[in-house]
Amino acid sequence: MKNEQAEVALPLIRRGRDQNLARLLVMLGVVFALMAVLRPEQFVTPANFGSMMRQFPEYGIMAIGVSLTMITGGIDLGVVGTANLSAILAAKLMFAAVPRGAPPEQALPYLALAVLVALACGLACGAFAGLLISRFEIPAILATLGTQQLYTGIAIGITNGRPQSGLPLLYSKIGNTEFFGLFPLSFLVFLVVAVGIAFLLSSSRFGMYLYMLGTNSKAALYAGLGNTSILIRTYMLSGLLSSVAGLIMMARANSAKAEYGAPYTLQCVLIAVLGGIDPSGGFGKIVGVTLAIFILQFLSSGLNMFNNISNFYRDVIWGGVLILVLVFNRLLSQRAERRAARRGE
Amino acid sequence: MASTVLKLEGIEKSFGGVRALKGVDLEIGAGEIHCLAGENGSGKSTLIKVISGVHEPDAGWIEIGGRRFTQLSPIEAISLGVQVIYQDFSVFPNLTVMENLALNMELMDKRAFMNYRRARSIASRAVAQIGFDVDLDERVENLSVADRQLIAISRALLQNSKLIIMDEPTSALTKKEVKSLFSLIKELQSRGISILFVSHKLDEVFEISERYTILRSGENVAKGSTTELDHRAFAFHMTGREFSAESYRPAGPRGEPILSVRGVSLRGCYSGISFDLAPGEILGITGLLGSGRTELVETLFGITQPDSGTIEVRGLPAKIRSVKDAIRKGLGYVPSDRLTEGLFLPQAIDRNAVIAVLDRLSNGFGFLRRKAVAETTLRWIRELSIATKDPSLPVRTLSGGNQQKVVLARWLANDLSVLILNGPTMGVDIGSKYDIHALMRKLASEGLAIIIVSDDLPEVLACASRIIVMREGAFVRELDPASTTESVLGELSTGVA
Amino acid sequence: MITARRFFARSEPWVLAAIVILSLLIQARSGQFFTGNNLVDLARAFIVPGLLSIGCMMVIVSGGIDVSFTAVAALAMYITDKILLQSGYEGNVILAYAMSAGFGLLMGALNGFLIAFLRLPTLVVTLGTGSLFTGLMFGAFSASASDVPPAIVAHGKETLFTAVNSDLGLSSNMPSQILILVGMLFLAFLLLRYTMLGRGIYAIGGDEAAAERAGFNVRAIKMFLYCLVGVLAGITGISRISMMAYADPSTFQGMELTVIAAVVLGGTRVTGGLGTLTGTILGIALMMILANSLILIGIPTYWSRAFTGAVIIIGTGVTAHQIASTHRSQRDLKKT
Repeated sequence: MKNEQAEVALPLIRRGRDQNLARLLVMLGVVFALMAVLRPEQFVTPANFGSMMRQFPEYGIMAIGVSLTMITGGIDLGVVGTANLSAILAAKLMFAAVPRGAPPEQALPYLALAVLVALACGLACGAFAGLLISRFEIPAILATLGTQQLYTGIAIGITNGRPQSGLPLLYSKIGNTEFFGLFPLSFLVFLVVAVGIAFLLSSSRFGMYLYMLGTNSKAALYAGLGNTSILIRTYMLSGLLSSVAGLIMMARANSAKAEYGAPYTLQCVLIAVLGGIDPSGGFGKIVGVTLAIFILQFLSSGLNMFNNISNFYRDVIWGGVLILVLVFNRLLSQRAERRAARRGE
Repeated sequence: MASTVLKLEGIEKSFGGVRALKGVDLEIGAGEIHCLAGENGSGKSTLIKVISGVHEPDAGWIEIGGRRFTQLSPIEAISLGVQVIYQDFSVFPNLTVMENLALNMELMDKRAFMNYRRARSIASRAVAQIGFDVDLDERVENLSVADRQLIAISRALLQNSKLIIMDEPTSALTKKEVKSLFSLIKELQSRGISILFVSHKLDEVFEISERYTILRSGENVAKGSTTELDHRAFAFHMTGREFSAESYRPAGPRGEPILSVRGVSLRGCYSGISFDLAPGEILGITGLLGSGRTELVETLFGITQPDSGTIEVRGLPAKIRSVKDAIRKGLGYVPSDRLTEGLFLPQAIDRNAVIAVLDRLSNGFGFLRRKAVAETTLRWIRELSIATKDPSLPVRTLSGGNQQKVVLARWLANDLSVLILNGPTMGVDIGSKYDIHALMRKLASEGLAIIIVSDDLPEVLACASRIIVMREGAFVRELDPASTTESVLGELSTGVA
Repeated sequence: MITARRFFARSEPWVLAAIVILSLLIQARSGQFFTGNNLVDLARAFIVPGLLSIGCMMVIVSGGIDVSFTAVAALAMYITDKILLQSGYEGNVILAYAMSAGFGLLMGALNGFLIAFLRLPTLVVTLGTGSLFTGLMFGAFSASASDVPPAIVAHGKETLFTAVNSDLGLSSNMPSQILILVGMLFLAFLLLRYTMLGRGIYAIGGDEAAAERAGFNVRAIKMFLYCLVGVLAGITGISRISMMAYADPSTFQGMELTVIAAVVLGGTRVTGGLGTLTGTILGIALMMILANSLILIGIPTYWSRAFTGAVIIIGTGVTAHQIASTHRSQRDLKKT
């Protein structure tokens, strides 16, 4: 007995679950190779990579937020509404505080303030959703369907549905800065977010709480995890990330509008599932999510290079990929179950 | 024995390379109450599934009512009069009692339409068979566990059953409910129905059954008449281990009380509860389900807030508003339902073991100190001899007893002063039960204050240094285990002398 | 037997009370609520979400959720419309309904296969198929607003009666499609209450494993259910374009949220097992009255979406709270 115990391995280093990552890497490689072969002169160019780096951060950051909520066994369908509402508030503040053609040194503090307001709005939106889910026990799907309507509705209400354009030049100038002439600011923000959240999930107390709460919320209650506070903090984090995405969208489009990025909601769920987040909660990693974001971006940029393919095929492909991934994962897990059954009951 | 209802011979069943049943024999006579006993994993469930036609045996034969089969379909088994009452009773919580009783019958008759008049007459007939008084229009989710079981039993009787298999029928029942279940079983017996009673609780086996079959690792290890069996032999057959008799004199309280409860009340649950608990004591709280025992300890642990009264920890008034507060005050709680309240089943053993002490295992920024986490896990796996080679495996791969030890580890890893265990050995096999009792005594002797909530009266008598009986939300009496008996406790719990 | 306790533990009486109070409020404020033409307008607005809510409710009762039914309705009606237009069809509208129901059936069968046979999570599956169907419609069929065949136009003009509001000089026609809704509700009622298939839907929502053991063919029931949702969506599609007299592919966008919210508002338990057609209809009625009366109570159109969101949140919040508190009071009952 003593001898056996001594062989116990160092815990907390997970093994065996990473087949999903390997699969994603293969998929990424296949998609890349396919596009590179079919459209070599367009796909494998610095210009294409530059434009891809400007496109995915906005929905990628939201997808990371959605993934966090899915790990807790919930879902956040209100990310796009939060992003737009935050951006619109920031835009309103800029219009009010910065006169047209104001010099940069006069505009800068107000721009910073506007960014802070947007971030605060994201936090508040998330806190409200978290409160509905944890305190009022509304199922996350319904609560966030509701908040999505509410936030988008408020955004329409305060703008009468009109785009908010004519932002101070400085904002889009900062927002579209390229570092080393290659990496847009939004890409760097995405990297920081992805690495930060990945580290949070793998190495912090909060991260482990998320996984455990997502596995069994009742057991989490009895283990003293503080379910309400964890859920509220998770949705706040998702809201914060959404507002960051909103600010990026605003910089790229040089305007804010209540109904920007409508397809992103589905895309975020798709990315999370594709990236290996278990829709019933408790499992999944940000590395997988990041790979899923790249796969989707390669696919969608590649498809844009075929003139005869309508933009709407993206919906078909995303829907199709989502279902194929689900089917594939199911078949694999069925095989694993059968193998386990053969080994013993 | 008049005639044989069921006879199995040489039943073998393998899953992949694992032989779950290695040539099992079983014989049940008409109107006989037969007990099938065995630890978790001994092959009991597989055997039931062979009898009910769910699994096809690899070898051997089954004889039911004089007909011999080498394999059997579930429908055949039912039409031959074999009914299984599963542990979860297989009822629909959202439907009415009437539909729960009638649907199976209607499905057996391959009906396409629902006729409520016919359903009502089936349902009335079903409950009348056992004199079960229940509102047929009530939804089953509003009924007690015992009533749900009665529904499952009356439903089984509708099919002209000759043999009813009850899979651990008492695991969720109170003592009183078990008593009425047993008299019902005797009543069924008098009608010539045979019962296969699956259990691993030896007291029940002695009380109810006439003959027994014990399985261990898929083999028959003993069979015979229950009157010729004693506790010691039973435990030995079940586990293959010899146990020294449990004789334990708890050390008395040491020093000042660590927990003082003064007049706490919670409307609809319990009222005016006061007691003291000192280090080294094991306080047993017993009472029926619904006596307020679970609600009381859940209040101590911060799950609910009392309407009035005060709680003191180490002589200082303590406001326990949340589980976190309770943990900070040095309380730990092992909930009664290990699978849904205690464990995160698909998550790793180590995560389950350290989840409540992460505050101590992380740095000021909330990041985990991996080495400390690993050391804590290893330490408790060793100290509680949790049988695992790889703590990164899901905790559901462990046996019931080892799972319970993981929940214990979670609290022991904290600086604990009061440990509350609700049903500490519910659904745990004999070997682990013995280990857990020994552990509780050791912890108490090291100065921990322990509360056990249990309606397993022998357990309370064997472990507690004093016993409080609860009834209808109030303390009825405090007793010294050395000078009381099971029957006294039972009478005080039910209020029937 | 309905006792007082059981009656008030249900949500239908409360939704009905809310409808009555709201109607009186609007009447008091605008004086225009209880007028023939307003009521007919409401009934008209009620038809499409009402038809969609039937299938939606059944899915939620079975323990699932479907967010693709609006995409199914749109694609089914659009393909039907195009085929009939191109073939110069002049015949009866029945064929249009049959074709659209058929396309709906095919799409529902895809959902059913993925959910019943591969046991995939319903929300994610239907998000995926919803996107797939919408994409096919706009991509493969490059859909845009289109004419409809004469049969459908004629069907749209069938009027049961006309309500005239002489004060405002407005009149509203009661469309014949309301009969389809009534018919479907009646069939759904029979299905849910008097067939084993219908009871099976409730049984699965209560406890899937128990349903399997009792002898319900769980896969077949689920397959049937999602096919049925598809058929209903297909029928709804034709009803919609006949009333509008042109085929707008985006006419259903976002309606799934309103319908799901109304179903939950009507007392259908989100985790499955409980739900009634009466409650569902009341839930839809409440949502429609709110949405159509915003102007009457003086809420500007730009704020209507925010208002819908607030109603979804408050409605589901109240229902969720009610469920939680009945659980609590049941616990109390047992203790005493």
